[in-house]
Amino acid sequence: MSSDLTRRTAAELADALAAGETTSVEITSAYLDRIAAVDGDVHAFLHVDAEGALAAAREADERRAAGSVRSALDGVPVAVKDVLTTKGLPTTCGSKILEGWVPPYDATVVARLREAGLPILGKTNMDEFAMGSSTEHSAYGPTHNPWDLDRIPGGSGGGSAAAVAAFEAPLAIGTDTGGSIRQPGAVTGTVGVKPTFGGVSRFGLVAMANSLDQAGPVTRTVLDSALLHEVIGGYDPQDSTSIDQPLPALVAAARQGASGDMSGVRVGVIKELGGDGYQAGVRARFDEAVQLLVEAGAEVVEVSCPSFVHALAAYYLIMPSEASSNLAKFDAMRYGLRVLPDGVENPSAEEVMRATRDAGFGDEVKRRIILGTYALSSGYYDAYYGQAQKVRTLISRDFAAAFEQADVLVSPTAPTTAFRIGEKLDDPVSMYLNDIATIPANLAGVPGISLPSGLADEDGLPAGFQILAPALADDRLYRVGAALETLLTTRWGGPLLAQAPELKEVSA
Amino acid sequence: MSTSTTTRLMSFDEALEKFDPVMGLEVHVELNTASKMFCGCPTEFGAEPNTQVCPVCLGLPGAMPVVNEKAVESAMRIGLALNCEIAEWCRFARKNYFYPDMPKNFQTSQYDEPIAFDGWTEVEVDGETFRVDIERAHMEEDTGKSLHVGTSGRIHGADYSLVDYNRAGIPLIEVVTKPIVGTGAKAPLVAKAYVAQLRELLLGLGVSDVRMEQGSLRCDVNLSLRPVGQEVFGTRTETKNVNSLRSVERSVRYEIGRQGALLEDGGTVVQETRHWHEDTGVTTSGREKSDAEDYRYFPEPDLVPIAPSREWVEELRGSLPEPPREHRARLQAEWGFSDLEMRDTVGAGALLLVEQTIAAGASPAAARKWWLSDMARRANEQGVDLADLPVTPADVARVQALVDEGKINDKLARQVFDGVLAGEGTPDEVVAARGLAVVSDDGALSAAVDRAIEANPDVADKIRDGKVAAAGALIGAVMKEMRGQADAGRVRELIIEKLS
Repeated sequence: MSSDLTRRTAAELADALAAGETTSVEITSAYLDRIAAVDGDVHAFLHVDAEGALAAAREADERRAAGSVRSALDGVPVAVKDVLTTKGLPTTCGSKILEGWVPPYDATVVARLREAGLPILGKTNMDEFAMGSSTEHSAYGPTHNPWDLDRIPGGSGGGSAAAVAAFEAPLAIGTDTGGSIRQPGAVTGTVGVKPTFGGVSRFGLVAMANSLDQAGPVTRTVLDSALLHEVIGGYDPQDSTSIDQPLPALVAAARQGASGDMSGVRVGVIKELGGDGYQAGVRARFDEAVQLLVEAGAEVVEVSCPSFVHALAAYYLIMPSEASSNLAKFDAMRYGLRVLPDGVENPSAEEVMRATRDAGFGDEVKRRIILGTYALSSGYYDAYYGQAQKVRTLISRDFAAAFEQADVLVSPTAPTTAFRIGEKLDDPVSMYLNDIATIPANLAGVPGISLPSGLADEDGLPAGFQILAPALADDRLYRVGAALETLLTTRWGGPLLAQAPELKEVSA
Repeated sequence: MSTSTTTRLMSFDEALEKFDPVMGLEVHVELNTASKMFCGCPTEFGAEPNTQVCPVCLGLPGAMPVVNEKAVESAMRIGLALNCEIAEWCRFARKNYFYPDMPKNFQTSQYDEPIAFDGWTEVEVDGETFRVDIERAHMEEDTGKSLHVGTSGRIHGADYSLVDYNRAGIPLIEVVTKPIVGTGAKAPLVAKAYVAQLRELLLGLGVSDVRMEQGSLRCDVNLSLRPVGQEVFGTRTETKNVNSLRSVERSVRYEIGRQGALLEDGGTVVQETRHWHEDTGVTTSGREKSDAEDYRYFPEPDLVPIAPSREWVEELRGSLPEPPREHRARLQAEWGFSDLEMRDTVGAGALLLVEQTIAAGASPAAARKWWLSDMARRANEQGVDLADLPVTPADVARVQALVDEGKINDKLARQVFDGVLAGEGTPDEVVAARGLAVVSDDGALSAAVDRAIEANPDVADKIRDGKVAAAGALIGAVMKEMRGQADAGRVRELIIEKLS
């Protein structure tokens, strides 16, 4: 029974709970067992809260027995990226500098999960402070891709994607600053959604780049993402940048799309996101998916977004600038790691700050702090940060023009399938190029989804298909995403993840 | 580091013969909003350390700010009262630097987009009016407060330091003047008058408690000298944390003398931050301000721009209290003060105290008398501002009421003030505790009068002969015996009764 439960989608689990076929405790236990069995190899989790999850599951079962259900996902467990604060549960952001820190408050997303009755299984691994595309930059060791344990699961949210792909959780929360939900989704054969900026509260999301960060769902199906998105989304007065408007009907859009009918939908293929630099197998699966949409009645046009070629450069100025300031608070004065400098008697506060930051931050974090500090320096601000903001405006204009011609825009999510662990660690620019197709959406604040498009011929690893919609039109992601998912799974004869190799289970 | 002992000073008058002072004043005002600038924590002064804090004002990872609308309103009202333009659109920025009492290691402040800008106000000194142009009034958050424990009391040489974050995130408005020129020898008084007037204006607006001794109004004084007749400004120093009206005046005076001597000797003024020493009345060198100090300002990405509607601005403009000049003219007429009396009252920084004392029930003449004579003398002796004396306008009004009721006389009133200032309680409590009520009980007085007549037969004879003016000597004798607690009017009546 238990392995059967972990294979089900969140929507199926919710239905089973509603029908009284199973209990939240059964489901949660099954997932905790699966984590115990495979996470030694996958390392998707930094912290597992079996006790808390089971307590929440018992409460969910009692509620349901008493006839009161808090949400469509009440009782369905979830994993949370370790960048969101969880009251009473460690939150490290994948960094040594926060080792042992237990936040006194819940992020709004976490509070909403709890209010909706979702037991929290634990906190998932990530690149330190969400800086990376491979989860290799976690101070606690890399996460392994369930499709091939020698490969990366993407990043920064590799832990959430791998947890879902390895059936260690039916649902997970990720955060996406330049692609950290969508790119891991692409390389693990899962679904990831970056909502419209301001659509999901950032309160309690430990910021890397405030103007780009956005939390969102990581799941195995489009419908599951819509269900989770409706739980976590919507206005939060504690986040001044959150949008004071009701969410569009996301679950309804996913159900509508599941028919597979695409007639009347205009799909724009972004000319600049494809071609050279994209792996042949990734391109082939993308082209086939577009062809399926055409066959399902979509009107497909090519659109040009000429400013997108500058997106990566602009991103690597804005993101480190904001990050350099955000990370200043980690100074050993109030919480987290404290390192005393070697050989200094009675060190000053400044010396302790310096020693702690030197020991507590990894190389990639230091690289970005230095970049950002430089870009914001007086005399360079206009040339770097100022110019990057202008590029951002141009990218938004490109999107606006493209959305005149199409209801949604599409591209491959990432240029390649999962690479080998260690392969790009010494080549930051090649690592940064993983996000070339996902970054424009963050710069413009528009929503995007990645769903599996199939396996690349050359390596048999998953490739991702990205759909982008105008700000506030997140429902279109679900409408088109669910349609494509239906068309593809029909062709595959089942979900792509069914083709993933079985992981070795160690008995607990 | 230079110290007072090695600093040559020039006399103030001598310096002003050769140099023309240029001032710039930066005043930080703590608003009296119920909650902090970016979170809901309370702002009460004097709470136990670190009890008025939350994830936001502690800068915990993940926490996000939300702008206090009341603080924005207060900022706009201050701007409007200073005749400023109110921005149609402005943002907060991050000022990045590391300091242990700053939870996020950046201060959320306004940089190149202040909420209010391009204003002016006029201050009067000895009947002369000086216009002070206002560069800007912007919003920011306060930092926490470090307490350096050890013999030095400063960060250097401290055994350890404690930080109280209760103050972190309290809304501040920084009001910055444009360079104030043409004040010459009046510079110290203009500086003091400007800060005093700003204080008055802020109280009138009800936006701040402006308790300088509690740090709710803090002043940084920029000063430079240029040779008389020269257009270009000299190099300035910034004296930080000048926290009383008296010190504003004294620090300007001191820096004029110090910089004058330096320049006169062919030296150069170093652009630097200087510390003001209240006790010795000197400034000493702090850190040098160089271009290397780079705050890396950029717009705060966690906040959205503030765009106050013009309707809101006009509504606030329409509800402003009357401007200082009109306010004073009205008060002067109401109180029946002469121009000189009014000028003295303003000059002593007592306008508001007198106003509040009158509001508490005292007559204008009595209010002025107590504050400008007795209290002014005491403040001067203690080297503090009048407003910082531990006596309230309500106390003064109550003491005067006791005099008016005949319960005490002026001499006893001074003893009551001694008690109030010594922290013995309210005027009534001091009267009771010290047994200060005047004696108007005829039995006790009559016996004392009889003893005075008996001891002074010559004086008694004079009074019997009709020289009533001589009664003063007998009254004095009775008062002496009664240790001042006799009702002098009743004593006079008894003497005349007995000797006629």
